Amino acid sequence: MIGLVVIAQAVAQTPVEKFLNALGSGIALGAIYALLALGFVIIFKATQVVNFAHGAIAALGAYFVSYFATVSNIPGRWMGDIAPTLSWTLSALLAVALTALIGIIIERITIRPMIGEPLFAVAMITLGLDLIIRTITNDLMDNTNQGLGDPWGVNVIEIGVFRIAQTQVVTVLVLIAVGLALAWFFKSRTGVAVRATAFDQEAAMAQGISVGKVFAIAWAIGAGLAALGGIFASLAPRGAGVSPFTAFVAFRAFPAVIIGGLDSVKGAIVGGLLVGVAEVFAGTYLNSVSWLGIGFGGIVPWILMMIVLLVKPYGLFGTEEIRRV
Amino acid sequence: MRGRPNLYTEYQSEMGLFPTTTKKVSIALLGVIALLLPFNALPLFGFLGDSGWMVLVNKSLIYAIGALGLNLLVGVAGQVSLGHSFFMAVGAYTAVVLGGEAGKTVWGLGLPMWIWLPAAGLVAAVVGVLIAPTAVRVRGLYLAFVTLGLVFIGLFLWRNLGKVAGGPTTGRPWPELELALWRNMDPIISFTSDGPLWWWLTPINWLPWVDIEEMSGHAKTYFFVLFFVVVFALVSKNLMRTRVGRSWAAIRDRDIAAEVMGVAEAKGKTQAFAISSFYAGIAGAILASVVGRMIPESWDLFLAIEFVAIILIGGAGTVAGVFLGTFFVILSPRLVEDLTNWLATQVTEGGTFAWLGNLFIRTSPDDYIGIVSLDAYGPGLSIFQLNVVLFGVLIVVFLIVEPLGLYGIWIKVRNYWKGWPFTY
Repeated sequence: MIGLVVIAQAVAQTPVEKFLNALGSGIALGAIYALLALGFVIIFKATQVVNFAHGAIAALGAYFVSYFATVSNIPGRWMGDIAPTLSWTLSALLAVALTALIGIIIERITIRPMIGEPLFAVAMITLGLDLIIRTITNDLMDNTNQGLGDPWGVNVIEIGVFRIAQTQVVTVLVLIAVGLALAWFFKSRTGVAVRATAFDQEAAMAQGISVGKVFAIAWAIGAGLAALGGIFASLAPRGAGVSPFTAFVAFRAFPAVIIGGLDSVKGAIVGGLLVGVAEVFAGTYLNSVSWLGIGFGGIVPWILMMIVLLVKPYGLFGTEEIRRV
Repeated sequence: MRGRPNLYTEYQSEMGLFPTTTKKVSIALLGVIALLLPFNALPLFGFLGDSGWMVLVNKSLIYAIGALGLNLLVGVAGQVSLGHSFFMAVGAYTAVVLGGEAGKTVWGLGLPMWIWLPAAGLVAAVVGVLIAPTAVRVRGLYLAFVTLGLVFIGLFLWRNLGKVAGGPTTGRPWPELELALWRNMDPIISFTSDGPLWWWLTPINWLPWVDIEEMSGHAKTYFFVLFFVVVFALVSKNLMRTRVGRSWAAIRDRDIAAEVMGVAEAKGKTQAFAISSFYAGIAGAILASVVGRMIPESWDLFLAIEFVAIILIGGAGTVAGVFLGTFFVILSPRLVEDLTNWLATQVTEGGTFAWLGNLFIRTSPDDYIGIVSLDAYGPGLSIFQLNVVLFGVLIVVFLIVEPLGLYGIWIKVRNYWKGWPFTY
């Protein structure tokens, strides 16, 4: 939040500049939310599990990066002289892979036995997992900020009056890459199996699809995307590293999911961007409105979510549940 | 119908509060235990009357009030709510604005308890009614997210409404539990200060091993809260076995079918939200008053999760389960703490279980084995963190292994002994 304010107010601004810069930051923040929301939606779509532990998994992934890149220099230590950007990217990828593995383990141990149980009971399990993972992660990072050692820092790209942090550009690029990769994935053989399982588990099974494998794949992708979101949420200008607060930033991706619709991949991206832009605009334009109080930007996503739900109870793109007696 | 307790010949007896002799006896026994508990007079469990344990017992009872309310909403009416801490906060802040002392930075009317306590429940109930239309429109997991949003919006409000909630890091003091006629008058009864034994409790001295003349402030708070717990449990039980509760259960089981049969869905959900919020408001007000000072951050998601966990661990939809769940969730952290400390002394004194302690506890910065560190030796969970983790593990394990909760375990044990020595 502080970093954002600095960037937004570093130069004297005309209203147009203020608007453009807020829009840029908003889209970048929205990209973070979209990454988190995507992982969440993929898990929900494939396995019908609302993953409340998503924020904790995101923070865990970011912590792995901080550990690999700043403490132990993995994998850079075995690779001789390589560019810091490359070595950091490798650390980040390794962290994402490790988080994906943890996602698979979580699915196998705690979610698989719950197939067929009521949705809320499974959601409660993930709330329990959230407590476990969050507490252990917080303890690992000593309850303080741990820098991620990223090569971009607080560097800024200036195009005329338009200023945007390098990390924010990277975030948006990563979101585009992830979006394209997912679009390809859902057309591939495995992806079609995932979609079939999402549509009807029993029918998918009857067609020879291993539903268990699909569950594992969905959780791996979901946890990996959570880690990506967590990493970018803890980079400047959003934050100065991974901290106990990171999990709560990730919590704000939930309204994005709901606004888009729990089971819509398209909705996750749209919802994420919408929430990000709304939050930054509220922070830019409403901070001077004193009666709104401090930190109003942080609850704008939730208020937006409630308004959307009152108009469209299944979100913007969510499938309406057909209810029978 | 001797020996056939499950054979009912009239609807009246099936709906009865305590249908069987066993139930009547066990309720009476529970009553005696409840009377003896705060005076260290229970055989074997006398330690529960020590002030450290009494604080926890009181906390459990206060939580039980809130959990009874959430049980009506989640367990009976089937409306998933993660926003219970929000309604508790509404109750608590109503109480402090009406009953608290006014200061330079905070509002307070200084009214007596007989005004602020019912008002806390009523205001929370009104807020519940305002939220209910959302529940009619939004269902299932979407409702869980709406109530989750309430918690975050609430936290924002309490942080910014300094006049109501006090400073973000300091909070403000709550009015004490004492019954006075009007503001600034001497209290008729104080439920927090030590004093002589209340006259109506003197019959317990007839028991041969009991001889009590004084009672502590904790014991008085205990009886005060216990009164509300009993009243609220009875109301809850009565709601569940009569028309209102049955309409809620119908909505829970299949809302469209309920509507087709003539149950008014919107009305039922609104009732459930209102009554559950009333319970939450009262629980929040008493909790804050007993704790004395609460910061705005106390009404967070963790509190809400605790309540949902209490219901799920205890057994959703049952009054007995609520009590099992609360006592289990609130008292077990203390047991973990005591056990860890005992293991630590085993290590330092070289007792029989020192090896277990060595495996479990980090005793120095060079000790890399163990998951708990009693001092701040870098990695290693503190006892508080250990309890949070164990709490999470408990939720997960219970839901996987015993979805009906502690109440389900009790049913299994009971059914086993009913047919003993035969399997059925």
